[in-house]
Parts: sequence; structure tokens; C-alpha cells
Amino acid sequence: METLQKIAVPLLAMVIFLFLWEGLVWVNDWPNYKMASPSDLPPAFWKFRWMFLEMGWQTLWRTVVGLGLAVLFGTFLGMVMGFSRVARDGLYPLLVGFNAIPKATLVPVIALIFIGQHDFNTVLMAFLISFFPIAVSVGIGLSTLEPEYRDILRSLGASRLTIFRKIALPKTLPEFFGALKVSVTLAFIGTNLVEIVSPHGRGLGALFKSGETNGDYPLMFAVLIALAVLGIVLYYAVLVLERIFAGWAERPQS
Amino acid sequence: MPTENLIDIKGVRHAYRTKAGPLPVLDGLDISVPQGEFCAVVGPSGCGKSTLTRLVAGLMMPDEGEVWLHGERVKSPRNTVGMAFQNPVMLEWRTILENVILPLEIVAPRMSRAQRVDRAMALLELVGLKGFEAKRPSQLSGGMRQRASLCRAIVHKPDVLIMDEPFGALDNFTREDLWQTMRDLRAKEPFTCVLITHDLRESVFLGDQVVVLSGRPARTQHILNVDLPADRTLESLYTQQAQDMLHLLRDQIRIAQGRDGGAH
Repeated sequence: METLQKIAVPLLAMVIFLFLWEGLVWVNDWPNYKMASPSDLPPAFWKFRWMFLEMGWQTLWRTVVGLGLAVLFGTFLGMVMGFSRVARDGLYPLLVGFNAIPKATLVPVIALIFIGQHDFNTVLMAFLISFFPIAVSVGIGLSTLEPEYRDILRSLGASRLTIFRKIALPKTLPEFFGALKVSVTLAFIGTNLVEIVSPHGRGLGALFKSGETNGDYPLMFAVLIALAVLGIVLYYAVLVLERIFAGWAERPQS
Repeated sequence: MPTENLIDIKGVRHAYRTKAGPLPVLDGLDISVPQGEFCAVVGPSGCGKSTLTRLVAGLMMPDEGEVWLHGERVKSPRNTVGMAFQNPVMLEWRTILENVILPLEIVAPRMSRAQRVDRAMALLELVGLKGFEAKRPSQLSGGMRQRASLCRAIVHKPDVLIMDEPFGALDNFTREDLWQTMRDLRAKEPFTCVLITHDLRESVFLGDQVVVLSGRPARTQHILNVDLPADRTLESLYTQQAQDMLHLLRDQIRIAQGRDGGAH
């Protein structure tokens, strides 16, 4: 019953959403170049089904690689900032400043520095846009570790590495996954930013661009839906990982 | 310089460096605890009691004076020490059993899994937590978490158990329960203990000696030998003898707070 509800309710919500959308277009009698309706989408998907698979895969793997790099680098940076006050004081303003730069402005810069390296540029942007939340939350998680937690192991003569492995790392996992949920969406935005602003015939962003160029409006909407689906898939993948590695942080429901 | 005492604190002075200049917290601390004895330390709040625990644990070095453990100068942490704090510091991602086992993973890496589990289970049973070993800390009450924390502090059979207001956050009845648990543990698991507390009844119930520290900077102001029988009960606290001791300690605290002007 409960599992049925868990599946049925979101599905029902989605169906209602599609109906409202269809109704809105129908009532206003909008042509598909103003707004495509849900019923326009299946033909668009079918017509470009192989493109969607290929481009979707392009977008997906570059996002995941960028996010993976963000996890490695963000965690490393967070560790440095979490353990050293000096590093924290020094790096924080730099990081905040970097994060404040709208990433769209970086696309042409990167495209010029690494001309023709499309895959690399895209991965780089996904990485650049998504490492910040991870670095900050790992840093905060480590620096706010109560001294008693460290002391129970330190008083036994445990090494810094052991304390990190047994206490600091697992204790920071909930914060880490909280940040990863934000980062996964950001990485996705980064990938698409490059694919749309500096299109090079790869990824869903390029497919979107080609829809625009050819006046194929249903295709553009179909790409948006495909992006949403990919986003949902990635987000829930993170959620599953969180359940596995930080499930303990969830309070038992009373 | 070997001594017969397990813990010897001699002329310890310490000051913290703050923006407003050095803040002396300990100024002439002398405490001796013979093997197997229970030393309760009381004093006004903020008088440097927690600094004392960190010194004995070897987590920091005093500016002046010496801390001896087992006839050796304490210069760094040693694995013959167990610690318990007011915050039970349970690792939420581990079960109660795994929490208790933690020190063994550091101190006895060669010990087999089965031996570790046996040891931890025996202690959990002693403190009345049998049946809760597979639970997460968040599923237990504060008193139960503190019991588990006690087990973890002594699972590796430390020579010295250092406790910093371990029962401070518990309600009165739970606290009294834990005093008795502590007494029973000591009967089965001999260890030398330094207990920091601000509960005078607790110090008399558990202590063999009660050390009263003066206000900050703290020095040893008074030492009271508690000559109650080892198998005391809560009733023992209501005897004339215990009441006299509590009176004396209360007076000493008043002096430590700098209010000895007959403010009865």
C-alpha cells in the first residue's frame, strides 16, 4: 500500500501536470512555435530517437565526469579548509568571488583557451560550476567537528589519518551528500551551458540549438523534457548513494 | 622518579593565550591518586577542571609542573587511558556495539572480531544494555547513551578512566542510577578514576577522595578522604557522616567562590 502510494502519487501529479499544460495550449489555441503541447512531444521524440539517445549519452557522461572531478577536488579543498584555519581564511574570499562569476561568461573564455577541446571544455565547466558547494560543506563539516569526537580517539594515541577515517569522514557524509544534491543539478547546468552557448554538435544542448535553428519547436520542448528526465535520474542516483552511505543520519520515524 | 601513586600531578600551572593576554587557569595543582582509587574533583564552574582532564590524558602539556602516570612523565596521549564526557559522543553511524568496540580497533588491532564482540557484550550486559547492542545511538535515551559511552571508555581495560562531568546532562534519578552502575562496574573492572563533577553528592557517593579546587586560576584547596564503606548505597548519603562531609565540601566551595564572609 505504502509503496503503491509512493509510486502512484508522483505519477498522478505528473499526469495532472501534462493535462493542465495540454489544456492551457488548447484553450489559448497557441501555435506550436509559441508553445508546444505535450501531444506534440512523442512524435518529436520518435523522429529523433537515435539523436536523443546519442546526445543524451553525451550530456550524461560529461556531466558525471565533471561531477566526479568536483567531488574529488571539492572534498580535497574542503579537507584543507576544514583542517587549517590559515587555508580557510585565505581561500574563502577567492572561492566566494569565483563562485559569484556567472558561469555563462566563462564559456567563451574557456572555449578560447582550449580551442576545439569540446569534451574537455564541457567537463571543465560542469566541474567548475559544481565543486563549490562540496568544498564549502566538507570544510564546514570538518571544522565544526566537536573536539570531544577527536579526543576520544586522540587520547588513545590514534594518528590524524585514523581520526579522519574513523570519525571526521563519516561524520561529514550527511553534509557532503546534501551538497552533492545541489552539485549534481549544477553540473548538469554547466554541461548544457557549454552545449548551448558554444555548440559543437554534441549533447542535448546542441540538439536544442538545432531545433531552434530549424524552427522545430516541438523538438526544443522535447529536449527540455529529456533534460528534466536526465536531471531526475542523476538526482535520484545521488539519493540512492546517500541512503547507502549516510542512511544512518535519517532519524527513525516515530 | 617512580612513585607508588598511579597518578601524580605536581605543581601544575597553565595559562591559555588569549587576545587579552595570558589567562591563567591552573596555578599550583597537586593531586595524587593511588592505584585503584577513585578521585572526584569539584570546584566552581570555569575553574579549569576540564583542562585537568586534558592534562592527565596527555592531550596537552602544562606550562609548568609535572603529570606522572604509572611512574612516567605524561608527554603525549597513551592508550592506557579511557575518556568519557558530558556529551556521550556516540558515533551515530555505528551501532551501540560498534561504538563500544571503537577503542579496541585502535589499541588492539590484532584482537579478533569475536574477542572484541565478547568483551563489548560483557560490558554492555554489566551496565544493563544487553539487547540494545544492535540499536543506533539515536534510538536510545540520554542515560543509555551515557552507559554505552562508559563501556567504550573502559573496553580496552585502561589503567585510568577520566570522566568530565559525565552525568551532568542527565536528570537526577537517571544520574543516581548511573552512580550505582559506576559503583558496580568498579567492583568488577578495577580501574583508577578521575571524575570531574559539580555535584557534591556524586563526589561523595563515588569518590575515595574529593579534591576541591579553588576558583580560577585553580589550585588544590582541600582534599577530603571519603571514609564511607566501598559498597555504599544511596542511603549512605543520608547518614550523619555523609551529611557532615557534604557540609564541609559546601563550605569549601563557598570559599572557592570567594564568598567565605559568612554568607549562610
